[in-house]
Amino acid sequence: MTDPLESAQAIQHSGPNAEPRRRRSWIRRYIFTTDHRTIGIQYLLLALIAVIIGASLSLLMRLHLAWPDLPMPFWGVMKPEDYLALVTMHGTLMVFFVLTTAPQSGFANLVLPEQIGSRQMALPLLNAASFWLTVLSLLVLVSAFFMPGGAPISGWTSYPPLSAIAASGPGQALGMDIWLVSIGIFCIASTLASVNMLTTIVAERCEGMTLDRMPLTVWSWLVASMITVLVFSVLFAAAVLLLCDRHLGTAFFVPMGDLVNGQIVGHGDGTPLLWLHLFWFFGHPEVYIAILPGMGITSSLLANFSRRPALGYRLMALTTVLIGLLGFLVWGHHMFVSGMNPYAGTAFALTTMAIAVPSTAKVLSWIGTIWGGNLRLTTPMLFSLGFLSLFIAGGVTGPLLALPILDAYLHNTFFVVAHFHLIMAMAAIFSVFAGVYYWFPLMAGRQLHEGWGKVHFWLTFIAAYSTFFPMHLAGLAGEPRHYSQLSGGAASMAALIPLQRYISISAIVLVAAQLIFLTNLIWSVWHGKLSPANPWQATTLEWSTASDGQPIVLRGPYDYGVHPGQSDFLPQDALEPNPE
Amino acid sequence: MSQAAVIPQNAPEVWKLPSRGIVGMACLILAEAAIFLIFVVAYVYYIGKSLSGPTPRDVLTLPIFATICLLSSSLTVHLAVSTLHGDKRRLCSLWLAATVLLGSIFLGSTALEWYHLIYHDGLSIRTNLFGSTYYSLVGLHASHVIVGLLMLTLALIFSLRGAVTTRHTERLQVLSLYWHFVDGIWVVVFLVVYVLGR
Repeated sequence: MTDPLESAQAIQHSGPNAEPRRRRSWIRRYIFTTDHRTIGIQYLLLALIAVIIGASLSLLMRLHLAWPDLPMPFWGVMKPEDYLALVTMHGTLMVFFVLTTAPQSGFANLVLPEQIGSRQMALPLLNAASFWLTVLSLLVLVSAFFMPGGAPISGWTSYPPLSAIAASGPGQALGMDIWLVSIGIFCIASTLASVNMLTTIVAERCEGMTLDRMPLTVWSWLVASMITVLVFSVLFAAAVLLLCDRHLGTAFFVPMGDLVNGQIVGHGDGTPLLWLHLFWFFGHPEVYIAILPGMGITSSLLANFSRRPALGYRLMALTTVLIGLLGFLVWGHHMFVSGMNPYAGTAFALTTMAIAVPSTAKVLSWIGTIWGGNLRLTTPMLFSLGFLSLFIAGGVTGPLLALPILDAYLHNTFFVVAHFHLIMAMAAIFSVFAGVYYWFPLMAGRQLHEGWGKVHFWLTFIAAYSTFFPMHLAGLAGEPRHYSQLSGGAASMAALIPLQRYISISAIVLVAAQLIFLTNLIWSVWHGKLSPANPWQATTLEWSTASDGQPIVLRGPYDYGVHPGQSDFLPQDALEPNPE
Repeated sequence: MSQAAVIPQNAPEVWKLPSRGIVGMACLILAEAAIFLIFVVAYVYYIGKSLSGPTPRDVLTLPIFATICLLSSSLTVHLAVSTLHGDKRRLCSLWLAATVLLGSIFLGSTALEWYHLIYHDGLSIRTNLFGSTYYSLVGLHASHVIVGLLMLTLALIFSLRGAVTTRHTERLQVLSLYWHFVDGIWVVVFLVVYVLGR
């Protein structure tokens, strides 16, 4: 049995990074390593663990929603506060440890240095430190389940005063503190990771890798890192202020005379609205941290598997930057129903509409890239097309929710759940799957099984739509989100139970389909088809087969199909079109 | 769309990228600036919203001397870097020592101010919104001064032991960038707390 990481390094040695590696102890090579590729794999494994926990929690929620009286294994019948704890932990795990970690830190560590022709990250020690801080943060977060009172119940947004006052519910005492500490550590870790990434992109590009020759993945990691540096600092500051409210007796977010369980507990003269502003100033750009790398991956993969240059490269780089910038101006659309000044609501509605413009430009470019292309429908390509489909389906409801008048009705319903699960969860996850299938040879030296990959894609694609699309209908019918159980006299809600059961069954299928992926992953690490050095005939440098030293970049990243009659692709560092 | 590869015949200008230390520090400063921004926003958001006293006008006085000390320490740390660049190591130690001294005077003055506020004016972090926002903002800045002073003191010790040479100019420059940032932020804090908020 060959060691998969050994074979990964074998590929590495044939690449531009053939660096004689000193034999190090197993722990130094695979655990406390500063090698960016290993750290990338570690980040992806961390995200995998987090997604397994997060998806299991969502299954418990789905089961409870559809069959409220069904006793759960090891748990019994779920109490409302248990359900809210699940909502909190599911959201936190998925948003921070999956959607931020995998596309941004995972893939960037895996391929970013090679894509810009560097051997390593600019600050490798800092890189390892940020990974281990992320691990610590995950452990701290999961430990909240085992605290007295359990995990916090105030949702991943942790709105005060619920989150500021320990007496406001089970899990709001120690559980909430644990949550805040975990998020604080995560903020530090991802800020440091992004400082490292920005430094790498600015200061480590190889000769000839000018800004307009950077692959679109690098552009998206650049913008996403910039956002991370700015907004995770903001979340960190907000978390510190909230901790002060909880333990130092300040009142940044606690209003006067707040009533909890019939007792007046408010001790100050602050306002929860400040937290909402701070949180969503982080929260909305966070969405772009999750989705921008997916956009970059999609651009690169669609170009590769259509064998055509990415349509409008400069426009795509520009829209990436524009989305990043506009992303800072739209946070108020999460707060239309918070009692914010209605004029501010109008302004935020306009900026939100504006951000649809660069997003649409991106969609048009993707469609233009595959239009009439010589499509190779490999698994990574299928997942990229799936991203495109889900991005459109989840995206069209964005401008709808950006209308304050519609949002007043839809905000607390399943409609919003449908919207962000399609675009942020599913679209981003599809790009992560595309990335895993595409770059797996760099990790294991082998390819994932294509046949099972396609089965995985089709099951996931159908189950994703069938899980999240009907939620629009539940939302339009007025079913509120965050409620553990719909009971009482509302006949209209009772009529929605069959729909919720259908959604739950789809969710079970969706999760079960991932077992195929897991099996494929584990099997392929040891038994997958051995991969050639450049299995997808790609142009970007992480696949470069040149063996000597520092690459010199001579052209843009997507020279596909531009030399008819000769090779249909030209790597960025290839000297001349080589006749084949 | 892209054309066929054109291999440049005449050598282009030398491929030169900024140093990673300076870029890294610049990014870190960006992140820190965002943290400060939130504390400033919290301060400004709550100016005049306290329901009870004491108010800023009652208790705050302009810390002119401390401000002059801190701002001139920016100049001395700059001189430390430029003298090291010119390989005048003893002068470099002198300027570093001056920086540490000026920074310490600033920190001491903040400590005195807090002592006065807490024990004479009865303003603590939990008294009212002014107290909460004031101590958190000025405290955040003071903690950055402490971190900067610790690093500058380390540099001074190394320099006195003769371990700092021209090869370390860039590292000292990175450190001085951080110190300039701490000083620059003080200008913002000064304007917000002592001018706008009073």
